[in-house]
Amino acid sequence: MAKVLELGKSIDEGVRALLRFLLESGKIKGVLTLTKISRDDDVAYSLITNSELVEDTVPLYPLMPSNTAKLLTRLTLLEPMTEPIAAVVKPCELRGFIELIKLNQGSLENILFISSTCGGVYSLKTAEKGNVGEKLPQYWESIKKMEVPPDVRPTCKGCKYFLPYSADITVDLIGKEYNGKKCEILINTQKGEEFISGMEGELKEVEIPTEYIDSYRNKRLAEREKIFNEIRVEKFGLEELINIFGKCIGCHGCRTVCPICYCKLCYFDSRESDYKPINFETELERKDGMRIPPDTILYQIVRLTHISTSCVGCGMCSDICPVDIPLSIIFSMMGESVQGMFEYVPGKNVEEKMPLITFKTEEFVELEL
Amino acid sequence: MEEKFEPQMVGFLCRWCSYQAADLAGTSRMKYQPNIVFTRVMCSSRVDPIFVIKAFFHGADGVIIAGCHPGDCHYQEGNYYARRRFALINKIFEKLNLEPERLRLAWISASEGPKFAKVTQDFVNDIRKIGPNRTRKEIFL
Repeated sequence: MAKVLELGKSIDEGVRALLRFLLESGKIKGVLTLTKISRDDDVAYSLITNSELVEDTVPLYPLMPSNTAKLLTRLTLLEPMTEPIAAVVKPCELRGFIELIKLNQGSLENILFISSTCGGVYSLKTAEKGNVGEKLPQYWESIKKMEVPPDVRPTCKGCKYFLPYSADITVDLIGKEYNGKKCEILINTQKGEEFISGMEGELKEVEIPTEYIDSYRNKRLAEREKIFNEIRVEKFGLEELINIFGKCIGCHGCRTVCPICYCKLCYFDSRESDYKPINFETELERKDGMRIPPDTILYQIVRLTHISTSCVGCGMCSDICPVDIPLSIIFSMMGESVQGMFEYVPGKNVEEKMPLITFKTEEFVELEL
Repeated sequence: MEEKFEPQMVGFLCRWCSYQAADLAGTSRMKYQPNIVFTRVMCSSRVDPIFVIKAFFHGADGVIIAGCHPGDCHYQEGNYYARRRFALINKIFEKLNLEPERLRLAWISASEGPKFAKVTQDFVNDIRKIGPNRTRKEIFL
């Protein structure tokens, strides 16, 4: 049985009403959510404290200007929040933040997590052209029909983790009318219940059917297979890796936007990765030439070893890639197989240890000599 | 003219077991091919995946990590972590079709001089069959 607060408003208004209630009742000090900047399509994350400004927020806007996991880390890296705030996050952002918590990069204390079942987000390039507003009716229509919205990020199309783990409050969108007359707010935790108590609306205990979620997940899985089949990493080998990553300009933007890449000094920015002339000379003794700067493929493979166990498949990396390398699909695929090997779902449970800092005494015996 | 292929390989030996085994193999005058350049590390878990990947992409024909048998680690559990890391690198290489057979993990205790010689010998022989690593000549890495 799940507790549900039913509001007689559209989902769009309902979520804002919730935020307004939390701010006005003084239960939270601020809300971290997407907010309109100027034009309808320009949105950015901001921490809002005045309930009048909630009008400008667009909490469930299908766009991810940056992964909130990174922003929450910036807020809580040195110390936990001193006063409670609410954060409206997408499921993958929440999972990313849980991974960062495990890496000691933040604190969950004093944060109320409001999430939703996720229909995916548009790429930043769509937003750049100002197309998101036009696409919104179609977006909400496909979610109502329980279809995968066209034109969202490829990783979103094939994302199977669209239900948030460990959110205090969830707004269910799948199969629902976004601009209708009903908004259902699921209360998942004790914490969520405490925060929401006192809010106007009808509190019910209902059995949530799982069939529609399963059937939607199957659609996503079919999409996932289709997307994965277009880029077959199994067939890569060295040549295909060079084909795909060869055009990398080394801006390291994928690392900058990745929620899991948290190092203050990256190996690839450190002196460690620089070459002395003698290194080049030694290399060129047996080669006819050398790409400058070198180590493009090395960078990607090392990044894979660092983050593939924790990759939440948010899709930021391919979204910002200036040369359109399908990074997020490659990383999702690699992540799926690595996480499968360790039987680990990143961001599912904050108590669960990350695969590389734990072990079983009897495992992987087939790899040893 | 075709150059004769002589494997150039890299190995990481833990200071407590496998490096001692290498010593023992040497003092026992066992013969094995000298193609692997060994580096001594304090523990097999000292080997960052970056060491292996860097060696591979800079032309090493094979990379081996060797340490104490599971349960015998001088630091109690270092080799278990090493094994997980190796599993990770191996999986990535396997999935990207990057010749995971060029990577190897072995547990060799301080008393296993003969095993050290055999593992080294076998690995070098296997790599001779596989041939040179294409990263040796590849420009656009």
